[in-house]
Parts: sequence; structure tokens; C-alpha cells
Amino acid sequence: MTDEKFIQVSNLQKSFGSLNVLNGITTTIRKGERIVIIGPSGSGKSTFLRCLNMLEIPTGGTIIFEGTELTDPNTDLDKCRQKMGMVFQHFNLFPHLTVMENITLAPITLKLKSEDEAKEIGSGLLKKVGLLDKADVYPAMLSGGQKQRIAIVRSLAMNPDVMLFDEPTSALDPEMVGEVLNVMKDLAKAGMTMAVVTHEMGFAREVADRVLFIDGGVIAEEGTPEEIFEHPRCERLQQFLKAVL
Amino acid sequence: MFQSIYDTMIAGQRYVLILQGLGVTLLIAICAIIIGTILGCILALMKISDNRLLKGIGTLYTTVLRGLPLATQLMIFYFVVFAPLHLPKLVVAILAYGLNSGAYCTEIFRAGIQGVDIGQTEAGRSLGLSKRQTLFKIILPQAVKAVLPTYTSEFIVLIKETSVASFIAVMDMTKAGDMIRNATYNAWIPLLTCAIIYLILTLGLTKVFDIFEKRMARSDR
Repeated sequence: MTDEKFIQVSNLQKSFGSLNVLNGITTTIRKGERIVIIGPSGSGKSTFLRCLNMLEIPTGGTIIFEGTELTDPNTDLDKCRQKMGMVFQHFNLFPHLTVMENITLAPITLKLKSEDEAKEIGSGLLKKVGLLDKADVYPAMLSGGQKQRIAIVRSLAMNPDVMLFDEPTSALDPEMVGEVLNVMKDLAKAGMTMAVVTHEMGFAREVADRVLFIDGGVIAEEGTPEEIFEHPRCERLQQFLKAVL
Repeated sequence: MFQSIYDTMIAGQRYVLILQGLGVTLLIAICAIIIGTILGCILALMKISDNRLLKGIGTLYTTVLRGLPLATQLMIFYFVVFAPLHLPKLVVAILAYGLNSGAYCTEIFRAGIQGVDIGQTEAGRSLGLSKRQTLFKIILPQAVKAVLPTYTSEFIVLIKETSVASFIAVMDMTKAGDMIRNATYNAWIPLLTCAIIYLILTLGLTKVFDIFEKRMARSDR
């Protein structure tokens, strides 16, 4: 793991009308680092993640990704987003396309790969997640866990430098959570930089280099999984852990 | 009964009037749906754009054209808007129906586009696709499918509404039937003939679009 500053977030703020969701978040994500973001619902953790690739436009503060200021209105966001994969709670697979077309759409449309190359990469990734036999089916035929694994593959096909996960297992039936988490663990082992919003405390404990506890739109506490889960300092975190564990 | 059908429709080759009327009806409906579809695409994109002016123009257009009765619009187009151009009646009818249908198509398409889950747009954009690429590769293909049933009924409404074209003395099928009624003092044979032909047209069309819909539903299986 290098010490390279990869994503720098300074004083990030976001409000929807009069509702302040993020009240000044400052943090740095290093290359190869695995960040897990936890917090009560409505705390702003998903909004924070969605600001990182500018799906939500922050109302204040700056985000710098690989030396480019995303919050600068002149930045070519499309270009930057190609390097930031995102996995959603509700999968958001494209229902009108087959699994393989879902995976190859962006690389082909953006002319990053030829159709054959994209398919080859897609097949390789599908094989890794054990879904090569589903290449030609439509998403409607898949289970939730399969859909989410495909969604992860779709993001990986862009060869991103960082993967953002927005509650990737929250919409899954309990017996499918494991298969998705396993794919994410493999990804972590392979050295991918990851930022994960999740309620899976076991995953956070096992995979995270650093856990951010967000409450009231600020980072209320951060530290290694051990620090956060075994020796929580602030009262809100203690209450939160008591409620979820 | 056969005698009276013969007397009303065949004698004096009056059935030719019906066929000519049918031709006019179909010509107006087909040309108008083409104009309406193109216009609807453009205006729907205007209405969903971030540009306030484009949005405003789109809203004004659909508000006015959907807010007025078709017969009134037809006469306004013929006697006022296009009057200085001295266009043939049939052309004015096609334009009027096309412009009117454009307003309805706009709303159908807009609703279809906005009905696609926002998560689809977010997924597209998160992969680095531009707004435009996301619209054309991800949103529109899904919107087209969602829109097809309503679009079919717009076409069917259009076919039926061509019967108002006689307000500007265009000889459509209904007008032809009415002329035969006038000439023969037999009301039910010519009008029933028209009614049956309209039904065949609309039912046939429904069937054709049903096939399209089924074909597009492949990904739902």
C-alpha cells in the first residue's frame, strides 16, 4: 500500500433545500485503502458516498480525485467517473440488455475497447464471480445476489481505480448476502481501493483498513475496526453499536 | 336487404366514395402520426432539458394544443394560421392533425422517459457515460417499450378523429358515408359501412402493435 493521497475530501457540505445532510466532512482515502462507512440511517453516509463521484453535487467543500478537482465546474466528470466504479443498493442493471451487454455497454460506447476485447474482459470477470453461464440472459431472470454480482462486474469492466459501494447488500435476501460479500472480499484482497457504505458489521471488521462513523453529517469517529468496534469513544457510536450488534 | 345494400352502395358506384374517403382518412392519419412522432420526440427532449427556455416552449405548446378542441384547432389552422399560404385543404388537415398529435406524443414520450427509474440514469452516469449517451443507450430503449401501448392508442384516436376533417370540407370516410346517406336517404347502410371499416382499422392496428410489444417484452421473461 502506498501513501499516495488518492481521494481528498475537504469540508464537504451538502444540503437539500433547508435540510443540511453533510456538515463539513474532511478525509483522505489512500490508494489501496478499504474504507467502510457506517452510521444510523439519515446520517448522511450514502450522500457522502454519492458525492464522491458527484452523483450528488456538493453545496460546499472540495473533492480531489487523482489530482483532479471534481468539484470544479469545469472538470470533465464523465472522464473521472470512468475511473470510479459504483455499485448501488438496487443493482440498477439495465433490464433491456443481456448480462454481457450490461457489462460491455460502457467500454464499447466510450470506445475504450473493441466489442471483442470488451466481451473477453466481461467473460473473464463473469467467470471470476461464477456467472459465466448467465452471459446471455436478461437481468429479470437473475436472483438478487446474482444481479449484484453482475453489477459489480459491470463496474469492474471499466477497470476503475476505486470502487464505491452504496449499501450493496441491503436489498438482498439474507441467504444471498454472503455471495456478494465474498466477491467484495476477493476484490479487497486483490488490492482494490474501496469505499463501502454498509450495515454489515462483520464485513467492516474483516475487510476495513479504516471505519468512518458518520452521524449528523459529520465524521463523528474514525479508526481501525478494532478501535471502532472494541473501544468506541463517543457516546453516539456506543449507542449505535449497541443497537446494531 | 341485399337489394338495398346494392341500391345504396353499388349502384352509381357510390362505394368508390367510401374507398376514396378511406384513402383520405388513412393518408391524414399516417402523415399526421409521422409528423406528430417527430415533433413529439423533439418537444419531449425539450421538456426534459435543463434549459428553461426550451422547457417553456415545450410546455406552452402542449398546453395550448391539448387544451383546445380539435375541430376548433382545425378551423383556426385552415381559416387563420395557414390561410395566407393557400394550401390545399388536405395538406392543412395533415398539418393540423400532425401538430395536434405532436402535443399528445410529447406528453406520452415525456412521461415514458421520466418513468424510467432514476437509478438507470445514475448507473449510466456512474460508468462515465455522458448525459446524451445515457439517454440514447439506456433510457430511450426502455421508454419506447413503456410507451408503446399509449402510443398505439394515440394512433387509434388519430384515425377516429380524422372524421372531424369535414369541418374544413375535407372528404374523409365519414364525410363520404354522410354524402351517400344524403343522396340515397338510407342512413344505416353507409354509416354502418364506415363504422365497420373504422373498427377493422383500429382492431388491426391494435394487433400489429401487440406483436411489437410482445417482441419487445423478450427481456421481461
